[in-house]
Amino acid sequence: MSKGKQPLLLQGNEAIVEGAIAAGCRFFAGYPITPATEIAEGMSVKMPIVDGTFVQMEDEIGSMGAIIGASLTGVKAMTATSGPGFSLMQENLGFACITEVPCVVVNVMRGGPSTGLPTNPAQGDIMQSRWGTHGDHPIIVLCPHSVEECFYVTIKAFNLSERYRVPVILTTDEVTAHMREKITLPDPETLEIIDRVRPNVPPDWYIPYEDNSIGVPPMSAFGDGYRYHVTGLVHDVRGFPTSRPDEVDAFIRRLHRKIDKGLSYIQEGEYFLMDDAEVAVIAYSSVARSAKQAALLAREKGLKVGVFRPITLWPFMRQAVEDILKNVRAVIVPEMNMGQYSREVKRVDQGYARIVTLNRVDGQVITPDDILRKLKEVY
Amino acid sequence: MPEYTRLIHNYLRHDKKFPHVWCPGCGNGILLGSLIRAIDKTKFSKDEIVLVSGIGCSGRLPVYVDFNTLHTTHGRALTYATGVKLANPSLNVIAIMGDGDSMAIGGNHFIHAARRNIDITAIILNNSIYGMTGGQYSPTTPYGMRASTAVYNSIEQAFKISELAVTAGAVFVGRQTVYNAKLLDTLIERAILKKGFSVVEVITHCHTQYGRQNKLGSAVDMLKWQRDNAVPVDKAAKMSPEELEGKIITGVLVDKDLPVYEEEYEKVRARAKGLA
Repeated sequence: MSKGKQPLLLQGNEAIVEGAIAAGCRFFAGYPITPATEIAEGMSVKMPIVDGTFVQMEDEIGSMGAIIGASLTGVKAMTATSGPGFSLMQENLGFACITEVPCVVVNVMRGGPSTGLPTNPAQGDIMQSRWGTHGDHPIIVLCPHSVEECFYVTIKAFNLSERYRVPVILTTDEVTAHMREKITLPDPETLEIIDRVRPNVPPDWYIPYEDNSIGVPPMSAFGDGYRYHVTGLVHDVRGFPTSRPDEVDAFIRRLHRKIDKGLSYIQEGEYFLMDDAEVAVIAYSSVARSAKQAALLAREKGLKVGVFRPITLWPFMRQAVEDILKNVRAVIVPEMNMGQYSREVKRVDQGYARIVTLNRVDGQVITPDDILRKLKEVY
Repeated sequence: MPEYTRLIHNYLRHDKKFPHVWCPGCGNGILLGSLIRAIDKTKFSKDEIVLVSGIGCSGRLPVYVDFNTLHTTHGRALTYATGVKLANPSLNVIAIMGDGDSMAIGGNHFIHAARRNIDITAIILNNSIYGMTGGQYSPTTPYGMRASTAVYNSIEQAFKISELAVTAGAVFVGRQTVYNAKLLDTLIERAILKKGFSVVEVITHCHTQYGRQNKLGSAVDMLKWQRDNAVPVDKAAKMSPEELEGKIITGVLVDKDLPVYEEEYEKVRARAKGLA
């Protein structure tokens, strides 16, 4: 990691590399894909310097498998991809969910479906990041909107994955990934870094999936003397496959409970000019930048507009959104998709406020003007 | 204490609820016995062994033994094994796969793992069928044989697993039948001790699915077929292709040395730090 207080001019993708290393990531497996490739390139250069490991796999399925394997040995691991690769990762992502293996998956969103628009931004993977892998599972998805935030949110992604033993998806878009901004990397000692809790009982006493007050069992590393079984089948507290209804139910409910109990720690959002706002814009990733600019322009014209920007996309920030809906007349949800996050906003709206969507799917960023125009219509 | 009692007590999981999932007469149990005897001979501690598997009848093997065990997704065992080995090279990683697991859904991972030459031992149980799902034809079902998705007989050519492994660059490749369990013991032991990506193809029988659908008799009949059709590699070298038709060439097909990934990566680390 680059040291000192010297400001750097970095891309979002490069800031993610720096954030990962600062968070303690020491294993990266990946496969080239636009617009995420700079992350793999950066990791291939920096991992060996910090005694970590970089490996270029044969595909994204392999990348996902490799980071789970690495994490099982106690090493923090990450992969990075974009839409088509993210789709390929879904099966093994589910494995990380059911086996509770911490890892971070970066998805730099580009236009889709399929090969789509490889070099253009989009926000079409919001629902895939939540429900991409099959089965009922909790997941954490974070979304930075600036280069500096790419650094800090990457660290948060690792911290949450280690604390809750879940895969965490860090979702950005092509704009955030390739935009260059000034960033001053902090002194590593000032950062809060969380490592998974390891068992402190003798191996004979270790029950690898035993419930506790936080619902997150301590995790031993392969080779540490706690020989246990890891399986993608639903398993009992000892890790052995089970289909006993009481054991299955307790297991699936624990997976959800550990996230539900951590919501206040997991969920983070930015309130911009929201104190006296009569109309709110709810936006995330690069669109939030346009939203903030639009709010400033609107305020110049006397319109009381604020922006709420969820950094935690999933679990959905229900409480925060409900509170906003109760305090404004209308909410605009601009997205570079046909309406994904806005569906969630509508879902929790009990007639509190009018919800207006603004969708752009031409591979171009939603501009401040686009949002301002909509604001004037709605206000 | 007899030797087998010692092995059972030392290596089988006492807290796992037996019986196992395999059919009576299945060859998977013979391979499990061979694997335990081979690992015991290598003197690796149980903490040093990581047993990785995919999906299918073979995928259930690790749960019974007292190592670090990892039952992954279908076809992906080698990708997980890659992560485990590269993140902690001091571990000894063995991947157990089936023929569908390693050759169909996992075929790409298999050839790339062989090419990359990470120190992993891949053991493939080849029973020529998808057993667990009810006997569908696999990439190693011979041409003309019957399966539940080929009731008019298979029209595809079968993969030769070991020959593919040789071509893909594995540094050690051997094939043996479960009938010749003693020879299988030593083959697996050699594969585990070999530095680099080594492959053991285990010819086994699925009398429940493949045997029943093709009227090949009982498990014993199919084991006798293995006995009668196995040809050691040195003897096979003197035989014509016609004479080898339908035979199983057993023994070590290749044993060579190539740079091992983990050792090469240490050099990468040194170069990255400007030390070399």
